[in-house]
Amino acid sequence: MLITVKLFATFLENRFKEARREYPPGTTVADVATELEIDHDLIGMIFIHGRAAELDRVLDEGEVLALFPLLGGG
Amino acid sequence: MPKVIRINMTDLSVRIDEAPEAWAGLGGRALTSTVVAAEVPPTCHPLGPNNKLVFAPGLLSGTAAGNAGRMSAGAKSPLTGTIKESNAGGTCGRMLGRLDIKAIIIEGQPAATDTWYQIRISSEGAVIEPEAETVGMNNFAVLDSVARRYGEDKGVITIGSAGENLMLISNISTRDPEGKLRSFGRGGLGAVMGSKRVKFITIDQEGTRPVPLVDSAAFKAANMVFTKALKDHPVSGQGLPTYGTAVLVNILHEIGGLPTRNFTSGQCEHHDMISGEHMYDTIVARGGEPTHGCSLGCVIQCSQVYNDKDGKYLTSGFEYETIWAYGADCLIDNLDLIAECDNVMDDLGVDSIETPVMFGVAMEAGILKFGDGAEVLRMLREEIGKATPLGRILGAGTAMVGKTYGVARVPVVKGQAIPAYDPRSVKGIGVTYATTTQGADHTAGYAVATNVLNVGGKVDPLSNEGQVELSRNLQIATAAIDSTGLCLFIAFPALDIAECLPATVDMLNARFGTKLTMDDVVGLGKTVLKLEHEFNLAAGIGPEQDRLPEFFELEAIAPHNVKWDMEQKELETFWNF
Repeated sequence: MLITVKLFATFLENRFKEARREYPPGTTVADVATELEIDHDLIGMIFIHGRAAELDRVLDEGEVLALFPLLGGG
Repeated sequence: MPKVIRINMTDLSVRIDEAPEAWAGLGGRALTSTVVAAEVPPTCHPLGPNNKLVFAPGLLSGTAAGNAGRMSAGAKSPLTGTIKESNAGGTCGRMLGRLDIKAIIIEGQPAATDTWYQIRISSEGAVIEPEAETVGMNNFAVLDSVARRYGEDKGVITIGSAGENLMLISNISTRDPEGKLRSFGRGGLGAVMGSKRVKFITIDQEGTRPVPLVDSAAFKAANMVFTKALKDHPVSGQGLPTYGTAVLVNILHEIGGLPTRNFTSGQCEHHDMISGEHMYDTIVARGGEPTHGCSLGCVIQCSQVYNDKDGKYLTSGFEYETIWAYGADCLIDNLDLIAECDNVMDDLGVDSIETPVMFGVAMEAGILKFGDGAEVLRMLREEIGKATPLGRILGAGTAMVGKTYGVARVPVVKGQAIPAYDPRSVKGIGVTYATTTQGADHTAGYAVATNVLNVGGKVDPLSNEGQVELSRNLQIATAAIDSTGLCLFIAFPALDIAECLPATVDMLNARFGTKLTMDDVVGLGKTVLKLEHEFNLAAGIGPEQDRLPEFFELEAIAPHNVKWDMEQKELETFWNF
């Protein structure tokens, strides 16, 4: 299945900003992070179509996944 | 003994008192709000002789505590009609701490309107003198003039032409360690200073000694724990130093909470052009500084120096709020133009939230086109800067422009512009906008942290559940932190690292020899909020004004198609504490 993955801030280093990638059915957010060699402990925010999600969330065909490290401002 | 300096602008006299015992545990916002609540008639005209402008360093100002460079300014606000506290970094808070000056209170008003004054504060006391050279000048020229006449090392508090012209968007500016500016931004306090006919204040710390500590070993130990927490937390230790606050652009776009085109969408097509990531790359490519502090002793260093394409200084302290408001709310897709606007706003002395949100409404009104950054620059310089009739309308702020041009979509609470988080898709911050004593202000209780950033737990941003309690707890904690002189960004580690806040209490105890507990500090926050609220009620700002503008209830926002739908009754439970 095709998933759009978006990366931000330090996760961009040596990776990509946005890509459509092929994953087998049943892939979780954690699986995508592992495949991209992103340390799970560094993940601060996970959004699927702009809504918060957890690492164990199973992805569906066509979904847009955004991964951020822990960040803040104001 | 700590001193209180009273500057009477009616008879041009100075009085120096010992600080009352009751003020011993107060600093920053707790003190400015205590003085305003006790001494300013709530029904007075904010620009008349009965208003007072109060400056107060925090309880830890002048010590070696990390990130203790923040000080407060307070008065009745001419923009909101409420009590107001604005705060800024820079060099003056530290100097006032070393001078053992608890507060500077500027009262009264000269009868004659043909003379401006300067005030010079030092260990000898204070002098008021007529000022001519800088009248009509904007802030950077004032700083140059003060440095030439009184030395580079003086703290400076100043107003630009906007403050002189009593505009409601005007702020008060203060010198940073490198001779640029930080701002007491919100609520039109520049107009209050202008109404007192005070062009600038200088602070001279010569002859002062380090701030005495009752238990210096305990202070040092607590400060180590505290600064370690600031460095260890990913937000204060990595994210803010690298990307600054503008890193929020992509986050808020992603979750649909980035108010765009005068609050008609939650996402902005050109978000990548105005993002913190793009800003970081641009700064590095042009030889600027992505990591920079606004005050001595800053560990977090969220500020930056942004250069133009020729590598020349364009602006510093280039914040998310400014970039969002021009970039998304006004649709200007060019970060260099926004940086130039930022620099011009610093120079004129206008609030970098109120001003661009006002331009968003002006664009909707058809005064200028959405996205027209060049015209914004022209209007800043030629209309607001020269106080033309149009400039005065724009300079009266978002609400006034909306009224003047018949715009119904006007994002303000109590007359103050709503900042960079849409309350329909980040409902916790909507509670803060509606209920804070300050008029719409995200810093008063930054529910974005828990709604979106997963700091201090998680509360679903699209649900009303738990938002009032979240905002209440954050507003109480913020009022306490605002009283210490510590940077508000210490809240990020404080919400997640257990040792962080107790270490700040330990520093307070080691500084003063007190036995404060965490409960006492929370109690201080509650007391501050309640006395501010009582002032507002007596000023005629009641619960019917603790609400968001109607358009948030009428118009759903993309992409989540959500409206503001919290019952007013639920909002009113905010004050149940």
